[in-house]
Amino acid sequence: MLIRALQDEGVEYIFGYPGGAALHIYDAIFKQQKIEHILVRHEQAATHMADAYARATGKPGVVLVTSGPGATNAITGIATAYMDSSPMIVISGQVPSNLIGTDAFQETDMIGVSRPVVKHSFLVPSVSSIPGIVKKAFHIAASGRPGPVVIDIPKDTTDPGITAPYEYPSTVAMRSYNPSVKGNHRQVVRAVGHMLDAKRPVFYVGGGVMHGEASDRLRKLANTLGFPVTSTLMGLGAFPASHPHWLGMLGMHGTYEANHAMHHSDCVIAIGARFDDRVTNEPRKFCPGATIIHVDVDPASISKIVRADVPVVGEAEVVISQMLKELDKQLARSPDRLDRAAIDDWLARIDAWRRQYGLDEDARLEQPRDPILPQQAVRALARIAPENAYVTSDVGQHQMFVAQHFPFQAPRRWINSGGLGTMGFGLPAAMGVQFADLGASVVCVTGEGSFMMNLQELSTCLQYRLPLKIICLNNQALGMVKQWQDMQYGGRHSHSTYQDSLPDFVSLVDSFGHVGLRVFKHAELEPTLRQAFSDKNKDKLVFVDILVDPQEHVYPMAIKGGAMCDMYLSKSEDTLADS
Amino acid sequence: MRRIIAVLIENEAGALSRVTGLFAQRNYNIDSLTVSRTEDETLSRMTIETIADDAGVEQITKHLNKIVEVVKVDDLSEHRHLVREIMLVKVRAEGLARAEMKRMADIFRGQIVDVTTSTFTIQLVGADDKLSSFIEAIDPNLVLEVARSGVTGIARGTRTLRIK
Ligand SMILES: Cc1ncc(C[n+]2csc(CCOP(=O)(O)OP(=O)(O)O)c2C)c(N)n1
Ligand SMILES: [Mg+2]
Repeated sequence: MLIRALQDEGVEYIFGYPGGAALHIYDAIFKQQKIEHILVRHEQAATHMADAYARATGKPGVVLVTSGPGATNAITGIATAYMDSSPMIVISGQVPSNLIGTDAFQETDMIGVSRPVVKHSFLVPSVSSIPGIVKKAFHIAASGRPGPVVIDIPKDTTDPGITAPYEYPSTVAMRSYNPSVKGNHRQVVRAVGHMLDAKRPVFYVGGGVMHGEASDRLRKLANTLGFPVTSTLMGLGAFPASHPHWLGMLGMHGTYEANHAMHHSDCVIAIGARFDDRVTNEPRKFCPGATIIHVDVDPASISKIVRADVPVVGEAEVVISQMLKELDKQLARSPDRLDRAAIDDWLARIDAWRRQYGLDEDARLEQPRDPILPQQAVRALARIAPENAYVTSDVGQHQMFVAQHFPFQAPRRWINSGGLGTMGFGLPAAMGVQFADLGASVVCVTGEGSFMMNLQELSTCLQYRLPLKIICLNNQALGMVKQWQDMQYGGRHSHSTYQDSLPDFVSLVDSFGHVGLRVFKHAELEPTLRQAFSDKNKDKLVFVDILVDPQEHVYPMAIKGGAMCDMYLSKSEDTLADS
Repeated sequence: MRRIIAVLIENEAGALSRVTGLFAQRNYNIDSLTVSRTEDETLSRMTIETIADDAGVEQITKHLNKIVEVVKVDDLSEHRHLVREIMLVKVRAEGLARAEMKRMADIFRGQIVDVTTSTFTIQLVGADDKLSSFIEAIDPNLVLEVARSGVTGIARGTRTLRIK
């Protein structure tokens, strides 16, 4: 019944791991061909795969786990998807209904345990309710602000001996769930009015712009107005990095020009972003002179941290289209309303910031140097990796270096755990992306610390012959932790280094049946990366262990408690001197 | 500021825990919570009493609305409304105190709903501050047990909270 419903929903893959409470379901999977089940090595990895599959395609990813430990192992991945609004269906086996509440073997209250990190959850009460629940679950996961939905399914309700008439519903109607799609017209008119009056405008976009055609529409809107665009970590790729009006990422490790543009702006147009603390720095000092327009599908995100002057609740794609239409109308009425000269001055001012402290201005990046700087490795990767490659990442310095130095041109290509910051996400995420797009080039940029949190999946990669390219920026430390300890704890590296006990990654991946390469010297960097992406290794998983400078910090970095423009620029410079 | 929020919610297993979970997770306080069936058996109605400023209550109502089972939310404190609570108080009622208790119950328009040789159980209905005043008005040594229902509320006038 369950598998049939999933087939009717058009599910391609289930990422899962079997166990007692799920065995009826596994038997049903065995007897069919339509859905391919991917056997992982740890349930957490299954959730990251499904999550990344969803991020790459926009379609919910599906996870199947057993009760008890299977279910609890899935929690980190559910929370990761929840924080980044990724649509996912997690089906957890449960002990038979008559044993629920008795502390039966492998019983966990999955509904209770997962409650704070799901968009919604269902405990299946009967066989006949399965099709309706599956339909609703997919609808809820993918609509409005997307998110994970848990279906906890007691073993007796999957018993093939108990039958019920099957009919898969074609539509869902829920009186209690009707997310807004279209923005309120009056607010759209006001928003466009503010945009046309702006002298120092900036678009600040987030993960919400990944959905539908939103990124296309955004490009059109920004081009029509000639406004600059910055994005959050989650929004990278929504606006092409090659565009002259692209400012780079904003926030804690955002660019100098993006954070200055935000701080000095008179009109911030936030779309599908949520004013996260990693973006705003001290909210009371946030964008002091700006009118804030905030477009988001989730009304609870609006005015949560920063009061919006013009709130617009709706889907980014739809609202931007409404704005384009309204813009045409207002421009037709008064073609000279937009102060182009002021905008040009503003863009020139931003350019000056960029030339002063932009990421390209770091002279060290151009010089061959040993040990290699992690930024140099990322830049070399950007030159050598196939155009349009997907890049997944883990969490730490390496993640920020990719976000800063890898120019993403299209949406859904950059896949990382932004909200929860889950180490161990990168490898399984790359796997999920590869399943979503079998012919694509998929790169995982990881740190040696994060990689060790899910490396058992190298075995899954062999089973399904996934030709991932894993680029490990090996600084022999929990680099991001160490950086904070350098900056805030007098350089006391409490439990953030382990250089004497790291494995030999090359022979490690070799033992899993893959190809391992190592880079010590700058001179080897490009040739080795070329080798990794060469035709010879086209069908192979290649792991490149790049030893990078362990002393390097991620800059710029926001100065805690300050405004967005208050940043450390290097180990010896900060912006406080400017003011 | 004190807020009274009325919520219509699908009468389904687990729905209540999502509401209480929300308050715990987001660090909102609940002063009282009542929940009960309605004239429509598929719906439950809750009244939540909480302390929040304007921005706080805006977040609370938005997050309540986000819960998939929640059908409607109304911050009753935004308009004229009525609140009522029921309280049962068991008091010591012996000797002279017996007459005194009876008199106090009358003053507050309470009813004595259960009697033993040594105790009264007094029932009071009213706005919650009236119930509190009763407790304050009697000798604390005589109060044996207090059971309060928590407030339930409804808008004054023609305003209603219903679907369609
Ligand atoms: C599961 C988990 N545990 C702990 C952390 C805290 N944390 C953030 S970054 C980091 C260090 C990551 O080390 P590595 O993967 O080597 O990346 P690097 O910073 O060295 O590039 C840690 C421990 C986390 N984000 N996730
Ligand atoms: Mg590291």
